[in-house]
Amino acid sequence: MNLVVNGRNTDITDTLTISELLTKEDVKMPQMVSVELNGQILKRSEFETTKLKGDDKVEFLYYMGGGTCL
Amino acid sequence: MSLTDKQIERYSRHIILEQVGGTGQEKLLASKVLIIGAGGLGAPAGLYLAAAGVGTIGIVDGDNVDLSNLQRQIIHHTADVGAEKIRSAEAKMLAINPETRVKTYKQWAKADNIREIIRDYDFVIDGTDNFAAKFLVNDACFFEKVPFSHAGILRFDGQLITVLPGETTCYRCVFDGPPPANAVASCSQAGVLGVLAGVIGSLQATEAIKYLLGLGDLLTGTLLTYNALSMDFRKVCLNRNPQCPLCGENPKITELRDEEQVVCDLDNCEC
Ligand SMILES: [Zn+2]
Repeated sequence: MNLVVNGRNTDITDTLTISELLTKEDVKMPQMVSVELNGQILKRSEFETTKLKGDDKVEFLYYMGGGTCL
Repeated sequence: MSLTDKQIERYSRHIILEQVGGTGQEKLLASKVLIIGAGGLGAPAGLYLAAAGVGTIGIVDGDNVDLSNLQRQIIHHTADVGAEKIRSAEAKMLAINPETRVKTYKQWAKADNIREIIRDYDFVIDGTDNFAAKFLVNDACFFEKVPFSHAGILRFDGQLITVLPGETTCYRCVFDGPPPANAVASCSQAGVLGVLAGVIGSLQATEAIKYLLGLGDLLTGTLLTYNALSMDFRKVCLNRNPQCPLCGENPKITELRDEEQVVCDLDNCEC
């Protein structure tokens, strides 16, 4: 099935959870990511339990520090 | 207030724009913008806002200029190393436009001083460099109902969003609090392409001017992300979060407090 992850079409075969998608997309530090699923921000506790469906739109949103170093 | 001949000449490229005109320029001259942090983002924002004729520009920073700042903080020059950032920034803004009223605040933005400072301003630019300060600016602007531009840069990426507190998506709608300390990349691993600060800080200044003039579409409910390597700009639509601890239905944060500073774990951190 097809997912749209950060605007890119991504084909996945199995049903994945958000946590599994984070791993599959090689997100090094999931603690630094907030996840929006179809326009709604998920709670961190929902990453393990939320299963993705075809045509879901997922946005990984990253903490970014600022003008100096982080 | 009517424009002098010198002002008409100085701001002629604004005045000639149908959407700005003399009235818009007068609005800018009567406006007040606060820049929190005279660093990478605050530098271009301050220079452009002064050039644009924003009448009052406040600048908050407790730091002094360091040699390693100059790669991106273009409001500070080599001769300023060691000087207070607010003084260095003030001098450059006044050099561009002596008509600007620059107000300086030599302090770090904290829960016990920030509300008093921001309430005098029409718009705030968050040019801070750490998560504690970013949440503080978000929360203080919410309590004082002052619109602001949030931004962050890291390595080759930058992002920004404009917040009309209580009306549009805030920083805590997306991130409910600072990241855990052990997840924050250490300074030596991080780094940032200097020019990225120019791109994102200039976009923040653009948002400030649009807000002051009531022009166009603000980046409200929309995070604009930019990657310098792919040259991709993306707009990510972000809805308000009913569970936001600040502006949601059952707010947990009802007064301003300082978040714990997430610090680098390196002893010789040069940030
Ligand atoms: Zn919120």
